[in-house]
Amino acid sequence: MIKYFKTIIFILCLWPLTAISLDIYYNELGAEPVKKIMNHFGEWTLIFICLTLSMSPLKRFTKLSIWIKLRRMLGLFVFFYATIHLLTYIGLDYRFDWQPILDDVLKKKYIFIGFSAWLLLIPLAITSSQKMIKILKNKWKILHKLIYIIAVFGSLHYIWLSKTIFFKPLIYSIIIVVLLALRIKIKKKDINYG
Amino acid sequence: MKKIKYSEITPEKIYLRRREFVKKLGFSTGSLIIGQNMIGKAFAANDNLQEKITERRYVTTYNNYYEFGTRKSDPVEKSQNFKTSPWNLTIDGEVEKKITLTVDEIKNSFPIEEKIYRLRCVEGWSMVIPWMGFSLNKLLEKASPNGKAKFVEFTTVFDPEQMPGQRYPILKWPYKEGLRIDEAMHPLTTMVTGLYGKELPNQNGAPLRLIVPWKYGFKSSKAIVNIKLVEKMPTSSWMQASPREYGFYSNVNPRVDHPRWSQASERVIGSGILSERIPTTMFNGYGDQVANLYSGMDLKKNF
Repeated sequence: MIKYFKTIIFILCLWPLTAISLDIYYNELGAEPVKKIMNHFGEWTLIFICLTLSMSPLKRFTKLSIWIKLRRMLGLFVFFYATIHLLTYIGLDYRFDWQPILDDVLKKKYIFIGFSAWLLLIPLAITSSQKMIKILKNKWKILHKLIYIIAVFGSLHYIWLSKTIFFKPLIYSIIIVVLLALRIKIKKKDINYG
Repeated sequence: MKKIKYSEITPEKIYLRRREFVKKLGFSTGSLIIGQNMIGKAFAANDNLQEKITERRYVTTYNNYYEFGTRKSDPVEKSQNFKTSPWNLTIDGEVEKKITLTVDEIKNSFPIEEKIYRLRCVEGWSMVIPWMGFSLNKLLEKASPNGKAKFVEFTTVFDPEQMPGQRYPILKWPYKEGLRIDEAMHPLTTMVTGLYGKELPNQNGAPLRLIVPWKYGFKSSKAIVNIKLVEKMPTSSWMQASPREYGFYSNVNPRVDHPRWSQASERVIGSGILSERIPTTMFNGYGDQVANLYSGMDLKKNF
């Protein structure tokens, strides 16, 4: 049963890739196709960060462990979409022209923080397997707290690239702040009762 | 009367084809006159760059016009019921005679010509747009600026009932922009009343907008109701929002980066998913005409 559930979620998680592929195929990307593709994957990365961060609070509230079983998959989709987002920028937008890319990373704070977030995702993706959890034991938990920093970096990346106060980046930031705040509460509870 | 009737103007499809036509004949784009439509001289400066006129559907659906919302699609979606008539433009401040004109009076007072200019947005994209309009200096001369007139301030209409974006503090409303008097008097600085041989669509700044082709797009105010000649440098809405990011001059300059965007290159709107960025040129390619306005100025400081 859980196996089927996971398969269905996996297929749903591929929707962002399918949707943009259809748009490319039917040439419905509008005036700035490269920017649209880049923004599409960037936004879905943030959505998957929010989904990943929602799993342990959901477990607390529903007392169902199934959420935790989805967490790894969702986390890997964060890395998957973040990587496509980055590749769109490097390959499709800048044609692997490294000089302007390097300039951007060093001089533009939103690119610097976005790139940093992607770098921080790498160790999490590498250590995502069951085997690595066993090898790293307690260190694994500490290491994977990096996702909190990644989430903050991701929302800053979106806020800083906006020209003025925009609605959407604010919404994502609020969601991320709420999801992180939930954890502080949970911890306090643990101390009180445990 | 010199005003061109809409019916006399080349249909859009021929517009797009005629540049091939020009090429086939082997003429330089700067010198050929087709009917009444002269392909702008200013355009010749960009011959080595792309020169294809941007498709109308992109020019009219991909707009930055925060009065109607911050998404590119907001202006076309939310401006269709915007009332552009009656519309008055007042020219006042340091002038011999303050004047108020209706849009029809303006359209009938000056010969409307087609002007094809490149438009470079500060966000790093560009279009090539066939505007209909006349040089702003003709309009300003009607009000006779006096000796104290050193700068010109443009004010966009303030009407939050009709402009949903103005209900939010995205920028300080009404939108204000400014030019130095010599920039405003330059023949390339254009008052625009039409687009693609037709009326100016609401999402492009109807009924009356400015085009300053060698500056980033936000310098070209839309839906203008007031032009004020002033002695001191005006503060534009964008300067007020972020003085570090937006300077008064905002000339297109590939060597001066915006804190958010590199200005060294640009994406050409409508060029497709696989086309490359093109290098941005100084003064958006109009250096031959306007560089002398800034001789001796440090353009890194005066960005």
